[in-house]
Amino acid sequence: MNVEVKLFAAAREMAGAEAVQVSVSSPATIGTVRAAMCREHPGMAALIKASLFALDAHYSGDDAEIAEGAEVACIPPVSGG
Amino acid sequence: MTEQFSVHVSHQPIDTQQIVEQVRSFAAGAVVLFLGTAREFTDGRQTAQLAYEAYAEMAERELAKLIEQAADRWPIDRCRIVHRLGVIELREVCVAVALSTPHRQEAFAAAQWIMDELKRSVPIWKQEQWSDGTRDWVHPGVENRQAADETPGDRSSLA
Repeated sequence: MNVEVKLFAAAREMAGAEAVQVSVSSPATIGTVRAAMCREHPGMAALIKASLFALDAHYSGDDAEIAEGAEVACIPPVSGG
Repeated sequence: MTEQFSVHVSHQPIDTQQIVEQVRSFAAGAVVLFLGTAREFTDGRQTAQLAYEAYAEMAERELAKLIEQAADRWPIDRCRIVHRLGVIELREVCVAVALSTPHRQEAFAAAQWIMDELKRSVPIWKQEQWSDGTRDWVHPGVENRQAADETPGDRSSLA
């Protein structure tokens, strides 16, 4: 299945886009999406490995399954405040 | 009219006086206001301005969660957190945390805890826009000069 991943900050700028699409086999998980992103965007791999991911705006671990239509976001290390 | 707990992520300048008024109450003997402001020098490098971006929907949800968690630990009567986005000039306010409690010790403790957690977990990012024209997204724990190197006109390799 195709999964769109929202990007922010340095990840967004490295990709030159607000989101990237990755193709992963079902059932897709955060872990398989993370691995696919590292493969397809090797320049961002260090940042992706250091990132958390969110499903429908909730932090989710690598085991979390991605339902069709869920909003997936890559959350690089944060620096608010 | 005033909600007991509220959060906001916004491109508008932060009205700190209004935030303080929103958390004052009859139940409170203490109000703490913390302001994070844009600092000119970091490790000897000069900042021209800052820029912030957020995953806004999630950031507001995480901020609201922090207030709920803080309210489980301290008797918070009212609390408001506002984080600014976009370009911020030096001295301007990036983040404001205001809260009220019956006594001052718990107000200081709660505000400290909220800020520590905010910096750890809320999906908001700061970009340093240095006085030499280079820009760096701040991603703690990640060496991140690639981002700046891909920006046209970047001069970080000369620094």
